[in-house]
Parts: sequence; C-alpha cells; structure tokens
Amino acid sequence: MFAASDLRKGLRIKIENDPYIVTEFNFVKPGKGQALYRCKLKNMVNGNQFERTFRSVDMFETADLQENKMQYLYHEGDKYCFMDNESYEQVFLTEDQVGEAKNFLLDNIEVEILLFENKPLGISVPNFIDVIVTSAEPWARGDSVSGNTKPVTVQTGYQLQVPPFIEEGEKIRIDTRTGEYITRVKG
Amino acid sequence: MTIDHSWKLAARLDELRLRARMIKAVRRFFQERDFLEVETPILIPAPAPEAHIDAVAAGGWFLQTSPELCMKRLLAAGYERIYQICKCFREKERGERHLPEFTILEWYRTNADYLTLMRDCEELIASIASEFGVSGFASRQGKLVIVDRPWERITVGDAFVRYAGMTVSEALAKDCFEEVLTAAVEPRLGVDAPVFLCDYPRELSALARLKEGEPGIAERFELYIDGMEIANAFSELTDAGEQRRRFEEASRERGQKGSCVYPLPELFLESLPQMPPSAGIALGVDRLAMLFAGRGHIDDVVAFTPESL
Repeated sequence: MFAASDLRKGLRIKIENDPYIVTEFNFVKPGKGQALYRCKLKNMVNGNQFERTFRSVDMFETADLQENKMQYLYHEGDKYCFMDNESYEQVFLTEDQVGEAKNFLLDNIEVEILLFENKPLGISVPNFIDVIVTSAEPWARGDSVSGNTKPVTVQTGYQLQVPPFIEEGEKIRIDTRTGEYITRVKG
Repeated sequence: MTIDHSWKLAARLDELRLRARMIKAVRRFFQERDFLEVETPILIPAPAPEAHIDAVAAGGWFLQTSPELCMKRLLAAGYERIYQICKCFREKERGERHLPEFTILEWYRTNADYLTLMRDCEELIASIASEFGVSGFASRQGKLVIVDRPWERITVGDAFVRYAGMTVSEALAKDCFEEVLTAAVEPRLGVDAPVFLCDYPRELSALARLKEGEPGIAERFELYIDGMEIANAFSELTDAGEQRRRFEEASRERGQKGSCVYPLPELFLESLPQMPPSAGIALGVDRLAMLFAGRGHIDDVVAFTPESL
C-alpha cells in the first residue's frame, strides 16, 4: 500500500482494478491548511489521462503488473521492439508507452517490460546508464570557475545539462529517474 | 559509485549571492526601524498545536515549526519590536515550494494590528527591490510591479466568490476549502502586483484575534505574489482562555486523525495575559528569494536539499 505522501512521478498504482501511472506530481499546501497531492494520472491500458487531487489520508494499492526482462532491439516509426530473454518472443510498445525511457534506450540494453494481463504496457530502464557525449560546446578554460552548466547531447539523442568540463566523446552516467547527470565515467 | 555533487553546488552561485544580499537588505530594513533581532530555541518541548502542521520529533522534544510562541513570550515580557530569521521544520512538506527545513523571517509589533503589518510588507519588499535596483520582476504573466503601493486587499470571502464562484461557507460545508483555494483562487492572486488575501474564517486561524463585530472572521492575512503564498500574518489573540480552547480543539483534531498530540505550551499560555495587543507575521525567505531570482523551484535558491545530503 502507498500513502498519498508516497506518490511521485512514475509511480504505478491501482485504481478500480486498472493500472495507472503518475505522469505529473505536485505537493501543494496552504501554510495553515492540509496537504494536497495533485497528480496527473494515466490509465496504462487505455491511455486516458486525468488530473486528481488527493489528501494525506488517501491510500493506494500497487498496480498488478508483471515485469519481464527483455532486450531492446530497434525502433521503427512509432514502434519500439523488445525481445523476451526467456521466450525470445518479440513485443512492441508505442512511443507513448515508452515515454521518457526512449531517452535512455541504448542498443541491446536490458530493460523490464511491464505486462498487464499479458499485454505490454510500459517499460522500466535501469536506474543508471552510461552514455557517450556526442555533441558538446568546447569548454573555455579560465572562463569562469563558477556557476555554469552547459547542454550536451548524448548518443541516444537525449539532451541534458552537465558541468562545463565535460567534452565531446566522454562517457557520463545519467540517473534515468531524474534524467540528470551523475558523474563522468573514466575509460 | 562516486557522484559529482560539487558542480551542482557551484552552479548555484548566482542564486546564493542574491539570497545573501536579500537577507542583508532584510536585516538593514529592520535595524533602521529599531527592531531588535532575537534568537529563540529551535528545539522546543511544545510546538503550537495546529491541525495540519506536523513537527519533527528530536530527542523527546520537537524542532520548531515556527518561532511564534517564544517570540510572543518576549512581547509579553515587554519587548516592543522584534524580528528573527531562523530555520523551521515541518515534517513531510516537500514540493516545488516546500522544503521540510526552510527559512522563516518573523517580526512582531506591540500596539499594532494586521493592517500595520501590511504596510510593513509593502515597505520591506519595496526596499529589497530598491537594493536590487528593480521595480518588480518577471512573473508568469510577464511583469509584476511591486513598487506601486498600497497593494490590493481582497477578503477570502470575496476572492472565493470572484475566482471560484462559491462562498467560503459552501467550500467549508463541502469540505473542499483547500482544494478550491489552491486550484481556483491562489493562481489568480498577485499576478500583476502583490495582493493581501485577508479576513480568514475563524476555524482556519488558530492564533489570530477575531474581527470586532464579525465573530466568524479572524484578523489574518496572507501575502500572495505571483500566485505564491509569501507571508502569513495575524492580529494576535491575547485571550488566554480562548487560546487554550483553540489549542485543545486543534489537539483533539490531531488526535482524531492519528497525528502526534503535543503537550500544551503552558508557559506561553501563562504569559499571554501580559501580552499587549500585538501583530506578528511569518514570511518565507526561500520563496521571496525564488521571486527575486526568477526561479520556479525552491531547490534553486538553497545550497542543499534533503535529497542531496
């Protein structure tokens, strides 16, 4: 069981037997008033979205999803293809179902595919991935010791902010839950 | 796994400089007006019982949720104008505008009411703006001007009718006051210029004095800027019997919903009959820094968050 205060972006909960994913989450609280948890929820089966505000007394069950380890093979247009590591069966997810995980789909990466009544619905990527920076502005040394970050693009096409000393061709680690830079990876 | 934390801290330099400059301007403002800066304990035995504010337990006592009770004991002892900038702690409050450990500015005046504090707010924030050489800042709607005074005042009752099409009594009866306030009213407040939302229902103002001739209404206001709650102020309740009843009511409500019930702050209640008519206010320093820095997230104006420790 989850309490409303456990809600966060990406959490999957069950409402009236359907699995939902929290797509947006915000904690709201007037100073003297009670805490509210404002969420955007997406039904993982039919894709319907709605906004709902919960109070701290509200409780949720975990969505009944099965998770199978699969390998990412390729994508073509809107279809993302994965192969089950045990049955070698191929399954397809739409771009919408893949969601932000598409930023972290390295070739042949092993992921968890979420199934509800044997239908693929969504994906979990590893919490950390190492990727190569494919494009970065050069760092003007001595420019400033302080302050700034700069945008880079990595091999999956994803763009993020990193410290200014990161150069093109370097490998960096990303936390896929936040999409943020974690560290430079040597070698 | 080693994680680079330093670069994120380094990237905060501009915001932290702005914050420090802002706090310096706040201190100068109060010094020029002959307010005494005080420090009161962060670790206390009995926080003010409020239905929806949870204190962090620490060593059998609690971390303060506000310095309010000690500040008022100083008023009762004869101090006339006092202020404090301090850390406060509220359990499980975490979001774009909330940190469980945050910085409060509180100031109090004897022989004053909440109307005096509205003027203080106008002058304080205008004086910070002049320190930065600005007349306002960028907001969701474009530009928000803070130097034109006085700022608009709207009662909670009028704001609910105007922005939500329902009365406060309807919202309270349907048990949706906070939902309507945060979804329909707050986003419309202080959009082009700051606004005071004032005269709250009695049941939402545990430590405020009631308005003369309007027993259901408390002399309380909240300052809103760009849809964000910045400060909360009262004409202080000085009737010890009434204060005890409200504390007991809040404690009962806490007990019913399974929240920790705190011991009553007896020394505070004992001192209350000596407190002259007074007014006090708590202002969120982090949020004010967000506005002047033009940042939408509270994490952007502090060096550390709980998650980064």
